[in-house]
Amino acid sequence: MSDAAPLLAVRGLNAWYGESHALHGVDLEVFPGETVTLLGRNGVGKTTTLRAIVGLIRQRTGQIAFDGKDLMRLPLHRTAHQGIGLVPEERGIFATLTVDENLVLPPIVAEGGMSVEEIFDLFPNLKERRNSPGTRLSGGEQQMLAIARMLRTGVKMLLLDEPTEGLAPVIVQRIGDLLATMKKRGMTILLVEQNFRFASRVTDRFYLMEHGKVVAGFPVGELPDRMTLLHEVLGV
Amino acid sequence: MKCWVYDGAMTMIFGIPVQAFLGQLLVGLINGSFYAMLSLGLAVIFGLLRVINFAHGALYMLGAFIGYLLLTRFGIGYWPALILSPLIVGGFGIVVERLALSRLYDIDPLYGLLFTFGLALVLEGVFRYYYGVSGSPYSVPPLLSGGTNLGFMFLPNYRGWVVVASMIVCFGTWALIEKTRLGSYLRAATENPRLVQAFGVNVPLLLTLTYGLGAALAGLAGVLAAPIYQVSPLMGSDLIIVVFAVVVVGGMGSILGAIVTGYMLGLAEGLTKVFYPEASNLVVFVIMAIVLLVRPAGLFGRDA
Amino acid sequence: MAELTLRERRAKSSAWLEWTLVGLGILALLVAPFFVYPIFLMKMLCFALFACAFNLLLGYTGLLSFGHATFFGGAAYFTAYAVKVWGWPPEAGILLGVLGAALLGLVMGFFAIRRQGIYFAMITLALSQMFFFFCVQASFTGGEDGIQGVPRGRLLGMLDLNVSMNIYYFVLAVFLIGVFAVWRIVNSPFGMILRSIRENENRAISLGYSVANYKLAAFVMSATLAGLAGALKAIVFQFATLTDVTWQMSGEVILMTLLGGIGTMVGPIIGASLVVGLENTLATSNFPVTIATGLTFMVCVLVFRRGIVGEVYARFLEPKADAKD
Repeated sequence: MSDAAPLLAVRGLNAWYGESHALHGVDLEVFPGETVTLLGRNGVGKTTTLRAIVGLIRQRTGQIAFDGKDLMRLPLHRTAHQGIGLVPEERGIFATLTVDENLVLPPIVAEGGMSVEEIFDLFPNLKERRNSPGTRLSGGEQQMLAIARMLRTGVKMLLLDEPTEGLAPVIVQRIGDLLATMKKRGMTILLVEQNFRFASRVTDRFYLMEHGKVVAGFPVGELPDRMTLLHEVLGV
Repeated sequence: MKCWVYDGAMTMIFGIPVQAFLGQLLVGLINGSFYAMLSLGLAVIFGLLRVINFAHGALYMLGAFIGYLLLTRFGIGYWPALILSPLIVGGFGIVVERLALSRLYDIDPLYGLLFTFGLALVLEGVFRYYYGVSGSPYSVPPLLSGGTNLGFMFLPNYRGWVVVASMIVCFGTWALIEKTRLGSYLRAATENPRLVQAFGVNVPLLLTLTYGLGAALAGLAGVLAAPIYQVSPLMGSDLIIVVFAVVVVGGMGSILGAIVTGYMLGLAEGLTKVFYPEASNLVVFVIMAIVLLVRPAGLFGRDA
Repeated sequence: MAELTLRERRAKSSAWLEWTLVGLGILALLVAPFFVYPIFLMKMLCFALFACAFNLLLGYTGLLSFGHATFFGGAAYFTAYAVKVWGWPPEAGILLGVLGAALLGLVMGFFAIRRQGIYFAMITLALSQMFFFFCVQASFTGGEDGIQGVPRGRLLGMLDLNVSMNIYYFVLAVFLIGVFAVWRIVNSPFGMILRSIRENENRAISLGYSVANYKLAAFVMSATLAGLAGALKAIVFQFATLTDVTWQMSGEVILMTLLGGIGTMVGPIIGASLVVGLENTLATSNFPVTIATGLTFMVCVLVFRRGIVGEVYARFLEPKADAKD
């Protein structure tokens, strides 16, 4: 944990889907260079939190400060330009675009991102398929593409929603390696994961969510001590 | 079986003079050019905005009238009008989208249809008020007047130009959408506009420009049409319904499909005019009915 | 158009108010011809019935048809031809018109139902235009001139319909029967299923309803009643012309329903009366009717989607209702 100011500071975030009150005052912080994981059962509001931070959910109140700037007032298409990017749960690979087009779709929002060549060096299997329609890739390849394209944009922080969901262990391993590489290069990551064993390999801290709130936060080292709490809250 | 006969004085094909046959096919190809350009504009607007632009015919009429007014009021001729008129109509489209259409995206798409229907009535009503229902002539630009003897038929130069220009416009638009970065934004935004916005692309602006592009395409078609059909306030309204049928036949999912279907149905109309003239304005609807029975999604349709 | 379920949210006290208003309305219609020109009133009644029939499809089943002029005008042609050329008595002519409209409805509905939403609307428009072209060319319609000089005849051989009061009360009776029919359909189990299709078609399918059949049935019923309005109109005005089968006419009935209130029973009646009244007033002025119609459409869609009656329900009968549009 560093003494610097948090890169992302969320206070009292409430969000609604229509009439349904989904987030009841989420508080969390992510410091520069950290990887933080949101844990929780299905439906507690992990994905909603990510979407609310980025602005995909507009019915929201509270404070969201990123890099000192207030994200609440920004229109959706300006949030990415602050340096925060989302890799959604459904991955968002476009069927009517080729792999190449998918890769360069998110506009560059800051310097420091990787070039297309560097990305293809990191992901040679994507390079092979660069002219195929995006959805012809396997699930694992699509997940790689979804993460890879954000690396070009120069964002400082990535919100990753369940990157390992439905993927084979081999791919999960590769994603873990990828996250570690990104972390080494200074990327700040907020991860939503159900698979806390995977997460514990890459994360610095955990937040535990229940009923639309963060109910606990602890560093990865304390994970063994918290297993009872985890079993309770996650129902594992 | 020999359908082509040299009958002494003139060559016959299917029992009709070749000249007449090819003449009607040319007319069909011309009509098809306009069907293609207009259904392309409709498909582009519908794909991204999910709005059926009933005003498309009226924008086409507007384009023709602006060309006419540029000539008669300002002495601005055909060639500059080919650029100016689409720009003006496109600009008008942008204003309409900003002020009104953008408020209708989140509700039932039928309201978009009804709004543009109202807009079409207003545009047509305004021009009818000032110009009545009869057409005003717009002369063929001198550079394209006259015709060329191709040997098997005599091709009026202007009509040849229209076919060439429409193909350039259609395939140019297709290339813009399918092959460029801007086009990839458009295609992605058609699939998942919110996510594309979350990536940092100004999708609302993209929507506005798309409607403007569609309107400009319609306006351009209007200018191209002016020397062929008379410039009349009614020129768009009956055309738009045929274009709707073209779009149902082609299916809305595909830009290329809209273009190809437009040309094909124009040719089908031309062919029908040769053999069954009374049925010629019904044939597009009949084909639509058949396609609905056999392949409801449309010939190139992607959505069910 | 799944937003209006106002009827379902009515409290019991409003039901009393409604019935009183309906009673007053009928009373007003009974005495109206003594104050207002009967031909104008009959025009209102015909179009009000047309709009009610249309609303059965749009407001209660959620299907926007852009081709209802085919049924209205088609029935007018059939009736006019039967009465003028074959010399049929008016009731038989009207019956023929209604049956003809039902048949047209069956054919158009069959094709249109194969697609949904926007496509449905476009198909009805295209098929309606096809019928228009057919009418332009067919000999029985009289082409550009239409069928003129349709005799009113004697109803059931007894009632001379040339007398204004006679024909007025006849038209009023048919109108009330037609509106009552719509009301009964809407409030029957069949009508409930239609409404569930409007709300959420996929759920209706998953519940096991053969949704296509219900939609087709609603379409044919709507077409039949629209035909009744058209047949009446032919007798009242004694002509049938191409204007009755144009897409502009289809657009007009949509406007009447939208303006009055989609999905309400009384809305289309009020909308039709307003539009007919407005057109009458504009006819003598210089201001083109199409511009007024178009502007009304644009304004209604942008800021007045619930229509007059819809707004009334929302404001006065459901003050806590959400204003979600």
